[in-house]
Amino acid sequence: METLQTIGAFVVLAGSIFIFLGALGLVRMPDVYNRIQAGTKASTLGTLLTLVGLIMIMPAWWNKFLLLAIFVIITNPVSSHVLARASHAAKIRLSKKTVTDHYETYKKEKEEKAHGVKS
Amino acid sequence: MKLKAFLLSFIILMLIWLLLTGTFDLPMLLTGAISAAIISLILCSRCTIFKGLKLTPAAFFYTIVYLFVFLYELIRSNLDVARRVLSPSLPINPGIVDVKTRLKSPMARMILTNSITLTPGTLTVDIEDDTLFIHWIDVSSEDREEATKKIVNRFENIISKIYD
Repeated sequence: METLQTIGAFVVLAGSIFIFLGALGLVRMPDVYNRIQAGTKASTLGTLLTLVGLIMIMPAWWNKFLLLAIFVIITNPVSSHVLARASHAAKIRLSKKTVTDHYETYKKEKEEKAHGVKS
Repeated sequence: MKLKAFLLSFIILMLIWLLLTGTFDLPMLLTGAISAAIISLILCSRCTIFKGLKLTPAAFFYTIVYLFVFLYELIRSNLDVARRVLSPSLPINPGIVDVKTRLKSPMARMILTNSITLTPGTLTVDIEDDTLFIHWIDVSSEDREEATKKIVNRFENIISKIYD
């Protein structure tokens, strides 16, 4: 019983380390898209590890923690995708390091088709 | 088709109810069953999210395989992000590329894009018909086929066995 709780505490610690790395990524990354990348991944695994650790500490509550884990896995990528799409729609520029942006070319082509090409 | 959607949504709601309550008492089970049936009847008589879902043992087996592949990729992606964040030179080479998918049903596409978002260095920005626009933290190839092979195929092969 004791040992399981100790392992659980270490798993929670690992989860919080991942969340810390995600936060560090938010500060260090150059533009909004890279920040979303760092934030999403780290927070997903960090939350999952924290929940697994909590299951080890509180085995009686496993059902609620499992529901929370499923909820996080489903909603986290959706929200980050919507954030990224909205920032591209709001014309937030990509960082100077960016090599290519096929999405922008696609949008421009679509607009030209809609309005007719002006020569 | 309608019956299948109803049954699937009923089973999912019932599982959530069981996880929430955590008991097998008869009154609790009955309450959950009645509510799940009413919700499924009202909301799932026309829903299309289960369209194309295969209900075979093979599909079930690949669902399990998919879960493990997904968890493996999630851990790998976190280590990748950690490496990039911690290295002083910040080794990124970002860009948005477009890739093609051959999955048809909306639910399969949603699972695919969510998985792509949670795997190393990729983030789905938008989807337009069968073209996915993906922000890639380390663009190694701007070519559509190459990028498709590197980002999409891994998951697509498994999901196409679960969904049509």
